Parts: sequence; C-alpha cells; structure tokens
Amino acid sequence: MAFSRRGLMAAAASAPVLMRASDALAQGIAPRRGGTLQMMLTPEPPVLQIGVNQQGPTLAAAPKMFQGLVTFSPTLEPLPLLAKSWTTSPDGKEYVFSLQENVKWHDGQPFTADDVVFSIMKFHTELSPRARAIFTLIETCEAKDPLTVRIVLKQAFQPFMLMFDATAAAIVPKHLFDGRDYRTAPAVQHPIGTGPFKFTEWQRGNFVRMDRFDDYWKPGQPYLDTIIYRIIPDSQSRRLALESGQVLLSQASDIEPFDIPQLRQRPNLEVNIKGWEYFSPLSWVELNHRVKPLDDARVRRAMSMAIDRAFIVNRLWFGVGKPATGPVASTTRFFDADAKIAAFNVREANALLDAAGYPRKADGTRFTLKHIPLPYGEIWTRLSEYLRQAMRQIGIAFDLESTDAGSWARRVGNWEYETTINFVYQFGDPTLGVERTYVSTNIQKVTFTNTGGYSNPQVDALFLQARSAAAAADRQRAFSEVQKILVQEVPQIWLTELSFPTVHDKKVQNVITTGLGVSKSFDDVFIAG
Amino acid sequence: MELSRLPGFLLRRGIKAMIVILAIVVCNFLLIHAAPGDPASVIAGQSGAADERFLAQLREQFGLDRPLYEQLWIYLKGVLTLDLGFSHRQQQPVWTLISERLPATLILTGAAFAFAIVAGVTLGTLAARRVGSWWDSVITVIALTFYATPLFWVGLMLVLFFSVWLEWLPSFGMGTVGVEMHGIDVLLDLGKHLILPAATLGLFYLAVYARLTRATMLEVADQDFVKTARAKGVPEGQVVRRHVLRNALLPVITFAGIQAGQLVGGSILVETVFAWPGIGRLAFDALLARDYAVLMGVFFCTSVMVVGFNLLTDLLYAVVDPRVEVEG
Repeated sequence: MAFSRRGLMAAAASAPVLMRASDALAQGIAPRRGGTLQMMLTPEPPVLQIGVNQQGPTLAAAPKMFQGLVTFSPTLEPLPLLAKSWTTSPDGKEYVFSLQENVKWHDGQPFTADDVVFSIMKFHTELSPRARAIFTLIETCEAKDPLTVRIVLKQAFQPFMLMFDATAAAIVPKHLFDGRDYRTAPAVQHPIGTGPFKFTEWQRGNFVRMDRFDDYWKPGQPYLDTIIYRIIPDSQSRRLALESGQVLLSQASDIEPFDIPQLRQRPNLEVNIKGWEYFSPLSWVELNHRVKPLDDARVRRAMSMAIDRAFIVNRLWFGVGKPATGPVASTTRFFDADAKIAAFNVREANALLDAAGYPRKADGTRFTLKHIPLPYGEIWTRLSEYLRQAMRQIGIAFDLESTDAGSWARRVGNWEYETTINFVYQFGDPTLGVERTYVSTNIQKVTFTNTGGYSNPQVDALFLQARSAAAAADRQRAFSEVQKILVQEVPQIWLTELSFPTVHDKKVQNVITTGLGVSKSFDDVFIAG
Repeated sequence: MELSRLPGFLLRRGIKAMIVILAIVVCNFLLIHAAPGDPASVIAGQSGAADERFLAQLREQFGLDRPLYEQLWIYLKGVLTLDLGFSHRQQQPVWTLISERLPATLILTGAAFAFAIVAGVTLGTLAARRVGSWWDSVITVIALTFYATPLFWVGLMLVLFFSVWLEWLPSFGMGTVGVEMHGIDVLLDLGKHLILPAATLGLFYLAVYARLTRATMLEVADQDFVKTARAKGVPEGQVVRRHVLRNALLPVITFAGIQAGQLVGGSILVETVFAWPGIGRLAFDALLARDYAVLMGVFFCTSVMVVGFNLLTDLLYAVVDPRVEVEG
C-alpha cells in the first residue's frame, strides 16, 4: 500500500531527478563521453555472477553489468531501473511492474518479463538465502505480457520492494541459465547482463575489465568507455595507487580508516561517506548467550555502558560512521530515536555489576571472557584492543584470540565463541536485516543468524507482528516497542553505524547519487575533462 | 662423471622423488583439512546472509559431505593422473588457475634469481679480490644491510623513492592496463613494472651470494693449488676465474638450488606488496578461503620444483667439480 500511488509518482518524478539533480549538473559540468575509470576491488571475489556470489566486492562490481527492477534513493524510496513504473494493490498483496522497452542482454537477446519471472522464482530462490526467505511468500509470479510482470503474495509484505535492487535480486538472462546448474553454467565465468558495461576480461589476481555496452537502453549512456578494477591486496599499496592517481576511486574497505585523515588533506581527492543507507551496516560485540554470565541482561547492560562509542568513531574510525543508539541504524526505516541504550558511564556500570553479584576478585577482575577480533583488517584488531581496555575498567578481562576469516566464520557459525565482533547489513528494513539476529526462530548453526542464541517470546511476537502488518503505522508501533525492549536487554552490544568512505578524484562525477553508493550501474558517472 | 651411470642414477632418484612427493601430498591434505573452517563456511561468512540449506548445498557441491579418507583417495587418484582437481569456489580447474598465474611468478622470481646470482657473485668476487679495502667494506655493509632488512620494508621504501618521489617506476601491477600496446612496448612496460619487485625479492639473496662468494673465495685463495698456479706463472685473472672462483662456487650452487626450489612459492610477500598476479598470492588467498584444491595444487607444484632442483643441483656439482660423483 505504501508504495502504490506514492511509488508510482516517486518513480515518475525521480527518473529525471536522478539525472538532473546530480552534483555535476548542479555545478554546471556537462557529462563528457569517454575515458577509462580505474578502481580497485578488495578482496578479489571468486566469481562475478551476482546471485552465485553475494560478497561485498561482487555487490560493488556486478551492478555495472546486472540491474534490478529498481534501485533506491538515500531515503530508500524506490527509483525505476528495469521497471519503469509499478503499482501495488490496496491490500498490499499484488504488485504489477511495467518493464523498460528496448532492453537487450549483452549477447544481443531481448530482455523480457520471462527473465524477471525466472530470476525471482527460480534463480535467486534457489541460490540466495536472503531472497529465498522472502520469495517463498510469493503465490504467483507471471509474465502478463513481454513487458509486464504481476506478482501476488500469499500475505501482505511491506518491505517487498526492497528486494528488487540489483544487490538483492539482479535480473539474470533466462536463456543462459534455465535448465542448467546455476552455479556451474558457462555464463558464471562470462557474465551477461543488461547493465551499461559488459564483461570483457578478468586476469585473476590482476584486473577485471568491463567495456561500454553500445546497445544500452538509456540513450547516450553510459559516459565511460571502460571500467577497470585493479586487484591490489596490500592496503598501503592501495593508498599509494590512489594518491599517485594510478587509480581514481577507492571503495568499501580499500582504504583503512586511519589513512582517511591524510587523504582528506589532498586537494584533488574527495572523501564521501554517504551511500551506505540501503545496507546500513551496524557493528556490535557479538555475545554468545550460552556462556555465563552473558545470559544475564544486567551484565550485558554494564558492558555496553563501559564502552565509549564516540571514542570508537572519532579516534579509531577518524569520524567515519556514527555511534549506534540501538539495534536499528538511524538510516534504516522504522528507526526509533527514543529507544536508546544507556549512556557511557563506567561508574554506573561497575555499580550494576556489583549489585548483580559479580564482585571483583583479589586480582581486580570479576570474570574473564574470550574474545575473537574480526579478521577483516587492522582496524578491527584495534577495536578489539580498545574493548579490552574498556572492559578492564569494569573488571572484565578480555582474552584476545587471533584467527583468520575461515576459522572466524566456522566458530561463529558453530557457536564456538564467547565474544567477538560482527557487523551486519540491515537492507533498509528491520524485517529484512534486523529481525534475523534476535528472533528465537532463527537460531541456526550458520553465520548471520541468531548465533548468540538470544530468546525472548515478546520480541519474537513483536517482530512477527511487524513482519505481517500491511500498514506502515502498525509496523512502526511494533518496531518501536521491540526497540524499547532490546535497548534494555542489550542482546548484542551495538557499537557503531558503519560507513565506508568512497575516496575519488574530483574529476570523477556522479559517484554517489543513491542509497547504494558504489553498488550502482555507473551509467551516469563520467570523468570531467 | 661417467655418462654410463647417469640413467641408473636418474631412475633411482626419480623413484625416490615420486615417493617423497606422494608423502608430501598426503601430509598437505591432512594438514589443510585439520585447519578449522571449510570453504562453505567461509562463503557463508562472506555473503552477509545464509541459512543451513545454503551451507548444505555448498558442502554437497564441493564434495565435503564425504568422509575424509574418501576425499583423500579421490584426490590421490587425481594427482597420479596429473589432474589437480577443481576449485568449486572459483568454478575453474585448479590447473587452469595455476597455469594462469605461474608465468607471472616465474618471470618475477626468475628475474630476481638471475639478478641475485650475477650481482651477488660479482660483488662477492670483487670484495674478495680487494679484501680489506674500502671496496670490501662498502660491499660488506651493503650486503649486511639487505641481509638484515625485512623484505616488505625494502619494497615499500623502494616504492616511496622510485614511484612516489621520483615518479620513475609504477608502484604496483604487472603491466599498464587499459592502454593498447604492441610488440616491444609491451616488453618495456613489463620491464618497468618488474624492476622494483624483482629488486626487492633479489636483494636478500644478493646479500647471501655476495657474502658466501667472498668467504669461500678467501678460503680457497690460501690453498696450495692456487699458490702453485701463481708460482707456475698463470695470469692473475685466470687464477681467479679458473682456480679460485670455480672451487668457491660449490656452496653458492648449493644455496642457489635451495633458492630455485622456492621460485614458485617464496614470493608471497613481494607479490602482495606490488600486486603482482603470481602464484604465491593465489596460494595465500586459497588458504584464507579454505580453497583446498587450489592450495594443494600449488603445494604440489612447489614440491615438484624443490625435488627437481635438488636433483639438478646434484648434477651441477658434478659438472663444476668432476671430483664429486653422482650417487643415488
């Protein structure tokens, strides 16, 4: 319902807005055809077929070749892409998408509604756990004609539209995948999409090259001739490549946060921390509730109060990101600013632990917890070292154990940890990206579920209520309620709303224009002369 | 060396080498599978969302749901027919992945190897000839410095000096990407990209060879046969080349044999710092991703190289010094 008329109008209005309101034109710079944009891709993904692989680097690079039905503005309004308009029935169950005309796949075949139906009902439902969870709500999905797709849901599901960005459900060519094993089909090695850039070459360990697709459906676009992603494994080498102009753009974790202050000083570079509104990654200290005394809410609250989040943002991340106030990021829908975790206060935290019956022993500690730093770069080790200091102030000894990404995923997935760090994408709506960490029905032996084992029937009921309510107002009530409970119970100790800086040469225009940052098609990006 | 004994020698060593390599393969297999985590859990950890069905699907596809001894048997059968398996993570045969990356590593390590030997032996000879002079002191100090400095630091400093400050050489990669080039330009471009990583990798070995050559030359120079050569009026240049250097080369060859064995696997650090698309990084990434087949494939190639170069070194001994006999 929320998307029906409003969605249509937003769609009609924002297509020109997206192009016209872009920074470059506001500054009066006319788009320039031509040029090669060199960027970096870190770490190198195993395959670039979105859906088969959903890693961060794939989600950044693949949307140049693949598109979704829609994409999203920084305030998470849907913007038309392969769907030029859409309507929703008043009961929120029926969605009808009208598709763009004259869209071709990179191999010259026409794009039709059949591709959309295949992508939703077969490809992503088979491959992607995230899509599977949502698309099983679909009762029928049919191509009414070659340019119209009609979807009927079993029940109203308000965040449904959020699943149609390229990063969630990119539309893939039916003629290259249907009837084959999707993971091993030849197209996985040579991606074919509808996007503005077509796959040309991938020298593993060296670079990925994509070239302008001349039959792209937006007239006159894309502006760039070539996009090249260099694979540079060392973070200092990446910084050098950017500073020396050998690459023009860095994204995600290419650059370590502690290098950002120096890069801000360079007159030719721009540091942009926007473009993470759709993903809204939230970081937290992940607690295993099966380990005593982490099952005690007073302990968790005290630990949360001992952490100075402003210090983490300002001193460790150098101002990139902001302190978390609860389980929902402020950029995600249904965030409630009134539900806040208790403020930083070491004295009260100590008093809380004393009162809860965890006295300090002779050596000054109350108890010891094992802690696994997140093995995703030096910044996370620094964070864990800070946490060890913070916990020492309230008499909790953190025993740090280093590990690598493989062991980390295995141990968290198998619940073989006491505390660690984690960060999780919220995908725009608490039902899509927040619920999974807290409801007892999602306690699974795999990462990014409720691995902590938190269980509260009231929280389960409220998330379920918010999931199934059709009206935004009803959902807001349930989400506000659950946020109030969670900030008291602190099932995970939320730290910061993460953002990853996009650093680029000022010549590169229109880099961040949507809520998906660099995970967009780049059809409007150009290099000013 | 009597040529008639060579075939028997090669046969005996060949059989030994096969046994050693098979033992290495089995050890590698067991060690790698002992590391916590598997490719499926790594992919789940990197995907941002996962469920148990996703894990089960991946494990089935990767063949991880079979018992370990069965996986080992399948792998051994493959290796015996020179089939290194398939990387399910990257959807490519392991041999394709390795052969794509092998040339880059061989170019880098080959260049570093040649540079280290030629420059190292020359500097060592020079220092030994003028022992005690300022030449000797300068060469010894330089050699010691490179010997004691960590590789990655040398690399970064070279980049700072030659790429950032002087802007003479590119700081990363194996070639200019996105520019059409032909013929000699491609080679020149490769050469420009090769200088810094090859120098970084070669400097340590250069120091070793220089010190080794200097020490053994001084030792040999005092021996009777050198005095005899001088006494019978052989010119000094010939004394050094024929009598001193040739005898002093044995330990250098030993060491070169060891270095050559590491040509495939020993350059992870330099490949990382200079973003050189070689096999060391392939192995490192495979380790982090628990891409078992790729990792074992690289180890297999490395162990074949080590065994092969050991054999070659033994043969070279006999060529340089006919008194050494080859024995199985």
